[in-house]
Amino acid sequence: MSNSTNPVSAAKPHPKLQSHFFSMDQQLEASTLGMWVFLVTEVMFFGGLFMAYIVYRNMYPHAWVEASAELNWKLGGLNTGVLICSSITMALAVRAAMMGNRKQQLINIAITSILGATFLVVKFFEYKAKFEHHLVPGPHFDPSLEQGMQIFFSLYFVMTGIHALHMVIGLGIMAYIFIQAWKGTYDAEYFAPVEVSGLYWHFVDIVWIFLFPLLYLLGAHGA
Amino acid sequence: MKEADVQQEPSYLGAPYGLASWLLTKDHKRIAILYLISITIFFAIGGSFAAMIRAELVTPQGDFLTADLYNKVFTLHGVVMIFFFLIPSIPATLGNFFMPIMIGAKDLAFPRINLLSWYIYVVGATLTLAAVIMGGVDTGWTFYTPYSSVSSTTNVTTAALGVFITGFSSILTGFNFIVTVHRMRAPGMTWFRMPLFVWANYATSLVMILGTPVIAITVLLIAAERALHLGIFDPRIGGDPVLFQHLFWFYSHPAVYIMILPGMGVISELVANVSRKQIFGYSFVAFSSLAIAIIGFLVWGHHMFVTGQSIYAGLVFSIITMLVAVPSAVKTFNWTATMYKGAVVWDSPLFWVLGFMGLFLIGGLTGLFLGAMGLDIHLHDTYFVVAHFHYIMVGGGVMAFLGGLHFYWPKMTGRMYSEPLAKVASMLVFFGFNLTFFPQFIVGYMGMPRRYHSYPAEFQVFNVLSTAGATVLGAGYLMILLYLVYSVVKGPKAPMNPWGATGLEWKIQSPPITHNFHETPVVTEEAYDYLHAPAPTREVTHHE
Repeated sequence: MSNSTNPVSAAKPHPKLQSHFFSMDQQLEASTLGMWVFLVTEVMFFGGLFMAYIVYRNMYPHAWVEASAELNWKLGGLNTGVLICSSITMALAVRAAMMGNRKQQLINIAITSILGATFLVVKFFEYKAKFEHHLVPGPHFDPSLEQGMQIFFSLYFVMTGIHALHMVIGLGIMAYIFIQAWKGTYDAEYFAPVEVSGLYWHFVDIVWIFLFPLLYLLGAHGA
Repeated sequence: MKEADVQQEPSYLGAPYGLASWLLTKDHKRIAILYLISITIFFAIGGSFAAMIRAELVTPQGDFLTADLYNKVFTLHGVVMIFFFLIPSIPATLGNFFMPIMIGAKDLAFPRINLLSWYIYVVGATLTLAAVIMGGVDTGWTFYTPYSSVSSTTNVTTAALGVFITGFSSILTGFNFIVTVHRMRAPGMTWFRMPLFVWANYATSLVMILGTPVIAITVLLIAAERALHLGIFDPRIGGDPVLFQHLFWFYSHPAVYIMILPGMGVISELVANVSRKQIFGYSFVAFSSLAIAIIGFLVWGHHMFVTGQSIYAGLVFSIITMLVAVPSAVKTFNWTATMYKGAVVWDSPLFWVLGFMGLFLIGGLTGLFLGAMGLDIHLHDTYFVVAHFHYIMVGGGVMAFLGGLHFYWPKMTGRMYSEPLAKVASMLVFFGFNLTFFPQFIVGYMGMPRRYHSYPAEFQVFNVLSTAGATVLGAGYLMILLYLVYSVVKGPKAPMNPWGATGLEWKIQSPPITHNFHETPVVTEEAYDYLHAPAPTREVTHHE
């Protein structure tokens, strides 16, 4: 353990230091490790879905290509770009929090939120098109389609749906840290909430970076 | 530490009073007590389902419960006992209470998340109880598809969502423990000075955070299939129901280690104490916990030898299953070696230690029978399997939980219970348990299948023995409940260290203050330094 846990060093405690920690460093280390451990559970959570994806793609390789061709890779690509940009502004927001720059924090959190909302709007129009084309699994699914395509779309909706749910939660977190940043809660010693929110946001982006090629880029697009 | 000056500070139990102060507490010790009360309620509910099962099986005819009702009863027995009692049992109660104290911390790293985990548990448990009241669920605790997703008309969605939600309470507990062990240890508390109970809970937490999310997504897919027609496992659209079993057992086999690893941690504490001797092979016992956690993730296919999985996959799963016996045996031999030439004392913890070791041994060895691919074809889905996993989960897990509860009770409540009553109860539980489940090995080997409410008449004698044993077992559990509750009201005050044990938890007052320590301890000695341990004393000394 580092000397940050030395109880003597806590001469004048920071107002945000919780009583069961020795120091702000220890509190920050606990928060970031906690978020990393949480992200491990998220990897396992999505892992079950990726496992199902692998199994069924091996079972129905042709249906997988056919079904993937039904997705709009241009909108998917646009959303990929949107999320990568939002990760950049999120990283800038964390840095602004570490530097204690309130204005930069607020601007970057706001841009991140707008980009996140843009992603969801695009996703909404994609989902809407699936309903119109009878590609939503269930009694209304187009019966003329090849065996296996309905499973592809089941996985598509579960995977992107849970991802979108994570985006919605992410937007809630952004709203919270925006308000806190507005009040000037964060400073160079206390920025753990911004940092762990950033880790979460980047993770949700990375999930999309995996989903996009696996779901959208299998079909013979443009051919 | 000078107890005399600081005894003015009230214990965690009394500061402050009031229901709201308990329901909004962030103190890990109070949350442990909340969990203890909740899991006791669920143990009673699960136990009453068990009583119905044993009552039905007294006679060969299905005369007490209809086949449908029997299906619901064994399903609910399994769901309640596994998800709402066994999985939270030791980690969320004894682990929550003692793990931070053992490493010299004031609390877990995330006290609010700790409280949140209890509330999530309550919400999940309430949903599952709602499923019971609405008419139950009949899929078996395993929720196998396509029965659970397509065929069953019972309340599968509600029960599955209850299990899904409760999973998050387990994830949050594991997550909190891992961060706490990494970041909250007191000065001088190195990894290899940590008590083995902490190591065991750490290994358990790894299983919780790696396994539980997988069962969460799996039961969520069942719910999605039933409610939204997203048919991932639906054979009608080309889905594979066996994929469900793979995902299910990827969690549910490691979940067995969530139930037994913390128990092994408890036994490591108790065995050193009753032998009054340093534990034999400390680092081997510590690493065997991690080995069990890791190997446990690679054996799920042994639940699926008869599903038509590849015979080569089956071979590999069979061999890896045998490997689990190695770290388990390391522990058992090391506990035995600890007792060898130890100054064994006949305190009540000894009875639980010996009971655990005997029952765990039988449960573990019969696990090797079931892990052998050929033999499993004969024993699959018979009462042999039922007996085996009850020996591990009840014989191992519950015995260790009760042993730990008795050992730590004076510290948790500040009261002593009656030693002679505790010894009698432990014997009742031990004999009742064996009478219940040993006949099931025989009747299972003879071919009696599990999950039927009627059976051929030649199996009756074994089932009558089993029900008689269950009655004794139930009486034993009831007796424990009564004298423990009585001790809280009328028991004599407990001293700081009634067992003469080592460890930071025995150097603070009973019950502890809210922040555990008056000043942060600095650790300078190895764990289990029984050469320098104080003598056991049941009397409260004048300055306490």
